[in-house]
Amino acid sequence: MSNLALDLLLQAIPVAFTLFVVLNFGGILTWVERKQSAIMQDRLGANRASIFGIRVLGLLHPLADAIKMLTKEDFMPARADRLMFKVAPFVSVFFALAAFASIPFGDTLKIAGREIQLQAVTLNVGILYVLAMLSLGVYGLMMAGWASANNYALLGGQRAAALMITAEVAIGASIMGVVMVYGSLNMQDIARAQGLPLLPQYFGPWIPAWGILTQPLAFVLFLTAGIAATKRIPFDMPEGESEIIGYFVEYSGMKFGMFAMADFLETVVIAGMTTALFLGGWQVPYLGSSGFSFPWGMEVPLPDLLVTGIQVIAFLTKVVALIWFLMLIRWTLPRFRYDQAMRLGWLGLFPLSILNIVITGLVLLLLGKA
Amino acid sequence: MPSPYQSSNTPADPRHSSRLGLAQRFYLLEVLSGLKLTGLRFFANMARHTLHTVFRVKSAHGAVTIQYPDERRPYSPRLRSLHRLVRRDDGSPRCVACMMCETVCPAHCIYIVATEHPNPEIEKVPERFDIDLGKCVFCGYCVEACPEDAIRMDTGILEFSSFSRGGMIYTKETLLALEPAGPHGVPTSPVPIPADRTMPVIRSTPS
Repeated sequence: MSNLALDLLLQAIPVAFTLFVVLNFGGILTWVERKQSAIMQDRLGANRASIFGIRVLGLLHPLADAIKMLTKEDFMPARADRLMFKVAPFVSVFFALAAFASIPFGDTLKIAGREIQLQAVTLNVGILYVLAMLSLGVYGLMMAGWASANNYALLGGQRAAALMITAEVAIGASIMGVVMVYGSLNMQDIARAQGLPLLPQYFGPWIPAWGILTQPLAFVLFLTAGIAATKRIPFDMPEGESEIIGYFVEYSGMKFGMFAMADFLETVVIAGMTTALFLGGWQVPYLGSSGFSFPWGMEVPLPDLLVTGIQVIAFLTKVVALIWFLMLIRWTLPRFRYDQAMRLGWLGLFPLSILNIVITGLVLLLLGKA
Repeated sequence: MPSPYQSSNTPADPRHSSRLGLAQRFYLLEVLSGLKLTGLRFFANMARHTLHTVFRVKSAHGAVTIQYPDERRPYSPRLRSLHRLVRRDDGSPRCVACMMCETVCPAHCIYIVATEHPNPEIEKVPERFDIDLGKCVFCGYCVEACPEDAIRMDTGILEFSSFSRGGMIYTKETLLALEPAGPHGVPTSPVPIPADRTMPVIRSTPS
């Protein structure tokens, strides 16, 4: 009985860690967005919110925002579909949160004689799960657009659906190259395979087989389509603040905040997924399960727990760096027009990712791995 | 030869899509060059912020922001700010109530009532000298017109406000109490409290 309780408790560790990391990242991203854009534009950014005169670089602004959102009027249009209007933001946030579950953030945690996979949900079809959750998230936007009884909101919801289909097709097709190279749909297996040396017959043990090296074209395609999936500038047609306000035009207070939160959560998910598939996941170069073993023959043995800690920190560092990069893109590029985004998706990303699959297949055949 | 009436983004415009090269139309390279620009700017500013905050190099500025209520930009000595009445050595106004400023004022915001000065050498003195700052346009004509150099606009005070129109009328006593601004236009006297503002008055002696 106590064994079962212990098992449950240990299994709760990765789940709790995932929830903690994703939720906090989502909250802090509002601050990161304001501060990073300010620094890029020679401004100071949010720095006025304070508790007893302590400002901590404006880090209290997410807190102040949350209080503001919770105390604002919760408005609902008279002709809105009451149930769908209320459910929509929850759907949006829930699927964005759930999507992170099968992204591994470490190898295995050896504790109390057990081996725990550092992944909230161990799934053989992890990639498909993340894709499914990401695309289910768009139901929230469509529901919001429909339930608001507002033509602009409906247009926004429709655009969200069109954009999501465009992005999902490109994401799915570009990931196929990765799946072909590493031979698995399990994200933990893919992360492990990225620690092996790349083409040892040519390069020796020097270069780890990270996805960005084996699938450079897929990396660019996936990142582009991933940014489109987050519905942020340059792909912000569903919101389109300068033309239609978008699917959340009738929302106020914390419901609106949840839609904004879902965007940030999706940014975290895309960053986590890109890390897991293309940047080696939790891999640190030359760090094995028992310590560093450098190709020039030096060995640094490390205890298991320390190795696991380094891996988790490495994963989080990569995610943070990638989020920084996504923010940089968001504050640099002008937004695409609706037709431009559709053209980019269907005439650019999709054919290129099919081409990538063909090239990957040919190369695998030539290397004798297929 | 391009017509002067030609609007931008026509085929003759170098920014028109038909004039873009292949690399520009491919867009990805252009994206990278844009990201390089903003990314480098980010790190340059980040380095300046770190120097300023962590290493206390006060000359390093990562932003051009002046946090206004906390800090003011240096103002020119010629700045026209809140008026003040210049005092004689005995504390009475230097003004001789000649009505020059009231006459020249384009906004008709100065109101003067003259009276006799106890000193027979001095012709007159204002009994009342009110400026309606709600009407004042800060042209500075009153300062130029004054033959006695009795009114100046050098207090550096800009943040005067009131809840009512009556509160914007500043009286002789208020204007006489003001001092000229220090270097960079920093005010040396406190912002006068308007007549309609109920503020806790701290009395030195119980009344």
